[in-house]
Amino acid sequence: MDHDNYSDAYIRDILVRHRAIATVGASPKPSRPSYFVMKYLLTKGFDVIPVNPGHASSTILDQHVFATLGDIAKPVDIVDIFRNASAVLAVTHEAIRIGAKVVWMQLGVRNDEAARLAEIAGLKVVMNRCPKIEYGRLSGEIGWAGVNSRMLSSKRPLLGSGGGQQRALRKED
Amino acid sequence: MSEERKPGFNTLAIHAGAQPDASTGARVTPIYQTTSFVFDDVDHAAALFNLETFGNIYSRIMNPTQAVLEERLAALEGGTAALAVASGHAAQAVVFHTLLEPGDEFIAARQLYGGSVNQFGQAFAKFDWTVKWADTTDAESFRAAVTPKTRAIFVESVANPGGIITDLEAISAVAREARVPLIVDNTLATPYLTKPKEYGADIIVHSLTKFLGGHGNSIGGAIVDCGTFDWMGSGRYPSLTAPCPSYHGMILGETFGNFAFAIACRVLGLRDLGPAISPMNAFLILTGVETLPLRMQRHCDNAVQVAEWLSGHDQIAWVNYAGLPENEFYGLAQRYCPAGAGSVFTFGLKGGYEAGIALVSNVQLFSHLANIGDTRSLIIHPASTTHRQLADDQRERAGAGADVVRLSIGLEDVDDIIADLDQALAAV
Repeated sequence: MDHDNYSDAYIRDILVRHRAIATVGASPKPSRPSYFVMKYLLTKGFDVIPVNPGHASSTILDQHVFATLGDIAKPVDIVDIFRNASAVLAVTHEAIRIGAKVVWMQLGVRNDEAARLAEIAGLKVVMNRCPKIEYGRLSGEIGWAGVNSRMLSSKRPLLGSGGGQQRALRKED
Repeated sequence: MSEERKPGFNTLAIHAGAQPDASTGARVTPIYQTTSFVFDDVDHAAALFNLETFGNIYSRIMNPTQAVLEERLAALEGGTAALAVASGHAAQAVVFHTLLEPGDEFIAARQLYGGSVNQFGQAFAKFDWTVKWADTTDAESFRAAVTPKTRAIFVESVANPGGIITDLEAISAVAREARVPLIVDNTLATPYLTKPKEYGADIIVHSLTKFLGGHGNSIGGAIVDCGTFDWMGSGRYPSLTAPCPSYHGMILGETFGNFAFAIACRVLGLRDLGPAISPMNAFLILTGVETLPLRMQRHCDNAVQVAEWLSGHDQIAWVNYAGLPENEFYGLAQRYCPAGAGSVFTFGLKGGYEAGIALVSNVQLFSHLANIGDTRSLIIHPASTTHRQLADDQRERAGAGADVVRLSIGLEDVDDIIADLDQALAAV
C-alpha cells in the first residue's frame, strides 16, 4: 500500500461501503476540525460515534460520547483518529480488537507502525487525510471552494438528499 | 477517466473543474448570474457561514461559474486550489492582505509591470507594508534584502515588458532559506509555457485579462495555492495560524491543510476587501482557457518570426526577445519555457521617443492600447503611456526607456503582422 498516494477508487470504496464511523478525540468545540468533520459526515448519512474519555456520556452534535472504542456496543466500520501520531498505536490496537474495518488517521497524522499492524490484521488504512475533504473532493462539492479535486468527469454529478446544495458519491464514477 | 492516468495539459484546459450541470445537464458551464444562493434550511445556512460545509452563499465570496474557473486554473498550474478575483491587481492585494501585518516587508523584483511597481511602492505603503526592491536577474540581490521582517518574495516568471526570464530556482532557494513563500506572477508565460510550482513557487498570481482569457474581453485575476508552504510550521502568518475571530476561533491553516492559503484569501481577503469577479467574466475567461494551449503556441510561433524580422530592420536598434538565440536570456528561456518565450517583447527605435510616437500612430492592423495577450496584435510605447507615471530611472530599470516599443503579437497571419510593421516603419 502506497500511503503517500491513495487511488480515488480506494478512498471512494471506503466511503461508500461503510456507515458507522467512530471519531476518536472528538471535540465539543465548534472551532475544532473534529467537530465539523462530524457535522459534515452526519449530513452525508454517516452514523457518527464520538469517542473522548474527557467528555464521556455527554453528547456532541446530539450523538452520545463514549469513553473508549471498547464501550461502543454496536459494530464500528471506520475509526477516524483525531489524536497525535504518538497516540495512534494504542487506538489502532483497540480498533483491531473491536473488529473495525478501516483505521483512518486525520490530516497531519501518520503512524506507519500502526498502519502495518492494522494491515496485517486485515484492516484498510488511510493516513494524513480528512474524510470530509475526501468526500467533498470525490463528490465534486469541494470544487465550489476552488479546490483542485483532481477529478475529471463528463457525467452529471449525483445530487445528495436533503437539499439543493448537497452532492453524493456514486459507487463508480 | 481511469485512476492511474494523469490527464494531459490540453485535456485539463478543457475539462478540469467542469462536470455537466448537476440539475439541468448543461454541458457548458452555465453563467450563474445571481448574487445569492438559497439555503436548504437554517442549519445549512449556519454550517456554510461557519465553513463547516462546502457550498455557495453570496457571489462576493464564491459563485459556481467562478469555481469552475478556479479549479481549472489550479489544475493547470498543478496547485491545490485557486481563487479568481476581479483583476490581477486585486489578486495581488488579496495575497498580501493575507500574508502581511502592518510593519511587515516583502521583496519584489524591480523589473515588474509598472502597475505592480505603483501598487507595491505606493498603495501598499498606506497599509504600512514595505516593499524592498531587488534585481530579478540577480538572486543575490534578493538574499541581501532579507531582514527579520521579510514575509514574502515576489517575481514575474517572464517580466513585463523587459523580456527577462527569471531564474525561478535560484530565487526560490533564497525564499526557502528565508522561510518565506515565493510568489510568482505567471501572467506572461501562462502554465502552458512554464509551471512555476515545479521551480519552487508557493503562490502563483495571474492577470486572467491577458493570455488565459486571451480575447481582450474581460478583466480578471487569480491566486493559485501550490500547497507547498508550511504555514503552521512557520507561525509568522497570523491570518493562517491564529484563531480567527470571525469564524469562532477556527485556525484556517490547521483546518484546511495544503489549500489553507487559498481558503484564507477567499474567506478573509476577498470577503472583506470585496474584489469579486463577475460570473460573466469568469465564463468568458473560462471559454478562453479551453484553447490556451493552441493559442499560446501560435502566439509564440508568430512572435519569434516578428522578432527575427525586426532584428534585421535598419531602423531598429535592438530587439529584446528571449526567444532569439543571441538574446542574453535565451538560455533561461530554453530552460524554463522551451515551447516559446511568450509573445510580448520590446524593441528599440533608432529614432527614439519621437519615432516611438510615430510608429504607434502609423500602424493599421496593430491596436495602440494598454493591454497584452489578446488575439489581436497590440502595440504600445510604454514611456508615453503605461510607464509614464514612473521616474526616468525607474522606467529605465523596468526596461521602458524613451526609445522602447512593446508588442504583444496576436494570432493573425504572421505575414500580415509583419507587413503592418513594415508600412508603419516606412512612414516614421
